[in-house]
Amino acid sequence: MIGRRALLIALIFAAGAHQALAEVSLAIVGETIHTLAGQPITNGVVLVDDGKISRVGRAAEVPVPVGIQRLTAKVVTPGLIDAHTVVGFTGYLNQDQDQDQLDPNEAIQPELRAIDGYNPQERLIEWVRGFGVTTIHTGHAPGSLISGQTMIAKTTGNTVLDAVVSPAAMIAATLGDAARFKDSDKKPPGTRSKAVAMLRSELVKAQEYLRKQGLEDEKKRPDRDLRLEALVLVLKGKMPLMVTVHRATDILAAIRVAEEFNINLVLDGAAEAYLLIDQIKAAGVPVIIHPTMWRSGRGETENLSMETASLLRKAGIRVAMQSGYESYVPKTRVALFEAAVAAANGLSFEEALATITIDAARILGVDDRVGSIEPGKDADFALYDGDPFEYTSHCVGVVIGGVQVSSEAR
Amino acid sequence: MTQQPAASSQPGPAADAYVGARIIPITCPPIERGVLIVAGGKIVAVGPEESTPVPNDARRVDVAGKVIMPGLVDTHSHVGSGWGGDASAPIQPDVRVLDSINVRDSGFQKAQAGGLTTLNVMPGSGHLLGGQTVYLKLRDGKTIEELAIHDADGRILGGMKMANGTNSQREPPFPGTRAKSAALVRQQYVKAQEYRKKLEAAAGDPEKQPDRSLEMEALVEVLEGRRIVHHHTHRNDDIMTVLRLKQEFGFKVVLHHVSEGWMVAKEIAAENVPCSIILVDSPGGKIEAMNLVMSTGGVLERAGVQTAFHTDDPITDSRLFLRMAALGVRAGMSREKALEALTIAGARMLELDQRTGSLEAGKDADFIVLSGDPLSVYAKVLRTYVEGVMVFDRDDPKDRLMAVGGYGAGHDQEMHFCCFERGGDGE
Repeated sequence: MIGRRALLIALIFAAGAHQALAEVSLAIVGETIHTLAGQPITNGVVLVDDGKISRVGRAAEVPVPVGIQRLTAKVVTPGLIDAHTVVGFTGYLNQDQDQDQLDPNEAIQPELRAIDGYNPQERLIEWVRGFGVTTIHTGHAPGSLISGQTMIAKTTGNTVLDAVVSPAAMIAATLGDAARFKDSDKKPPGTRSKAVAMLRSELVKAQEYLRKQGLEDEKKRPDRDLRLEALVLVLKGKMPLMVTVHRATDILAAIRVAEEFNINLVLDGAAEAYLLIDQIKAAGVPVIIHPTMWRSGRGETENLSMETASLLRKAGIRVAMQSGYESYVPKTRVALFEAAVAAANGLSFEEALATITIDAARILGVDDRVGSIEPGKDADFALYDGDPFEYTSHCVGVVIGGVQVSSEAR
Repeated sequence: MTQQPAASSQPGPAADAYVGARIIPITCPPIERGVLIVAGGKIVAVGPEESTPVPNDARRVDVAGKVIMPGLVDTHSHVGSGWGGDASAPIQPDVRVLDSINVRDSGFQKAQAGGLTTLNVMPGSGHLLGGQTVYLKLRDGKTIEELAIHDADGRILGGMKMANGTNSQREPPFPGTRAKSAALVRQQYVKAQEYRKKLEAAAGDPEKQPDRSLEMEALVEVLEGRRIVHHHTHRNDDIMTVLRLKQEFGFKVVLHHVSEGWMVAKEIAAENVPCSIILVDSPGGKIEAMNLVMSTGGVLERAGVQTAFHTDDPITDSRLFLRMAALGVRAGMSREKALEALTIAGARMLELDQRTGSLEAGKDADFIVLSGDPLSVYAKVLRTYVEGVMVFDRDDPKDRLMAVGGYGAGHDQEMHFCCFERGGDGE
């Protein structure tokens, strides 16, 4: 009996193993695989099954089934994540008809959905993908008090529905000079304080809306209001408020408002964040830092530092890198290059890589799907012929959901 | 390889000897363990350690493990908040950018931090002819005259900024089309030719001399090849228009940006016209940059076109100028030509190659000390020297602030692009 049972179990195992091997469709073979879920693997293999990662390990321990597609590279990383961009909204031609990142006519428009403006065919999406970016957090740009919603998408797909990972990721707000109308516009907000007052008033309105929705008397419940519905999601903690701020004054204002309304805050840009490390840490707020190579110029970003990502990270603040918004030439930055310069300015290699992979995924709340090379996660990879951060290396392959979407060396 | 003028044994100013670095002289192959000897602001000798004697009284600076290369030459920059012409006319040759540059602008210190030592500071591209450019050395100075490069007669050197394509088109008196742009420019140069004829005919006779005109005098300098045209141009047909104007009027010209230069590389090579290019992180941002590619440097190199890089600061940050050469290599340029494009090629385009752009005995001691390979993202500019004087030292906290940024790093930076929309500074 025992012998028979053992044989049966062995048969079941064999059948199971056979089935698993048959479904493996792709093997990624790397001299170095940075999994971002532990130490890098030397001479590693990743097996992909139905668009998901099924096995990760050393080549000696993970046999590659015969006859399946095999992609080989010197360096393999998780598909990169750009934690904040506007590609798909701000077109590369920079003409009025391809600029959908900002409706500047009203100060507060949280009801603007990102999925209604995303153009998955925009050329800059393919451009950043060519350098290894597979996931983007994109949508309404900084530049008005509340410009609208953001979404998370893969850099592939024929339609927004094909591309989308999270259709409503965050609500994008801006404080400081960039949120002001000019005096000549004679529209509020015209000052920093007015902007904060308007933001608080709108959140109070949303609180009242939420309260009245719970009234027993149906007649006293408010009519549907898309604007307030969106802000209710923020109040309930279902959508973070991403506030683009640069000056220390404005960073503190954002934290003050977030604490008043008990909302999930994500700081964005944050040129002067290095002045407020204790305050940001105490608030438990993550930071999507400005591009490392951003123009300092004159104005709110004049004090930015290439070392901010490193300073925040060393203090234990979660940091992700972004390509940001560019109004002119170049029309977009590339998150890989921005992380590279952060790696040259205080971050270790793996720390810098984390700002465009796992830490970005955590801040965006999609680390169950992307950001590291682990079984069960989406089979998104970037392949390089050398150190991905070296200017003279090339991205030689990009895989999204187990499908190779780019093979041109870039 | 060792270059030692006979005069080096004679008593002169005390020498500084930089010993042990990998030296990339540019005009000859790299020297693995080299010596660079500097005295009186000039390079006295460059060569391998074993065959380059260090004078006994020289101050020895140990730079073993470091890399030394020439100071970088930026053929197209806007640091210093300079202005060019105003909105009153599309052609303003009398306007000099040197009359508006703020030498205290932090952009200069950031450029020093990036290893730049020579700059061509230009007016913007909002005019067909936006004014006179100025060639600067990034000396520490309090006046523009202290930074400016002078010729033997004491004249401040510079070129002439011109532009075609969309930036210089708008409401009258500016042109509305490309053909109108070319016509306006041709008319002005024809006028300058006439002026020049009158000057020649007068042969110094005050009775016959035409009235002085600052505009005409500047254009005559261009016609006589004493002032090089630095021509902003992107689209392939605009590039060809510049070549056509050059043939008609015979001026010396450097093509700048040249986003679609890869489409007409052979034609540019046939005219033997050099190109000063910029590589940015993506195409687009304006219609004329929609076909901008990172491989332009490689394409021009293979066509035999002399190619330099420029920052167009603030379009790209002067502190990251080395990065551009590395991106050029990434997209097909040879390492040698990419490093030349940061140094000697640019110096040639400014006709300053007798003074700077390579490490050779007799040239100005403009050089940088790097922590590693110039094309590596991890390499840092440690020190920058202009004419033998250290103008940037990463170990000095004030200089370091300029190199990496931080509180107080930015002040007085303002971009003045007259006239055209969507200016460069995120405006």
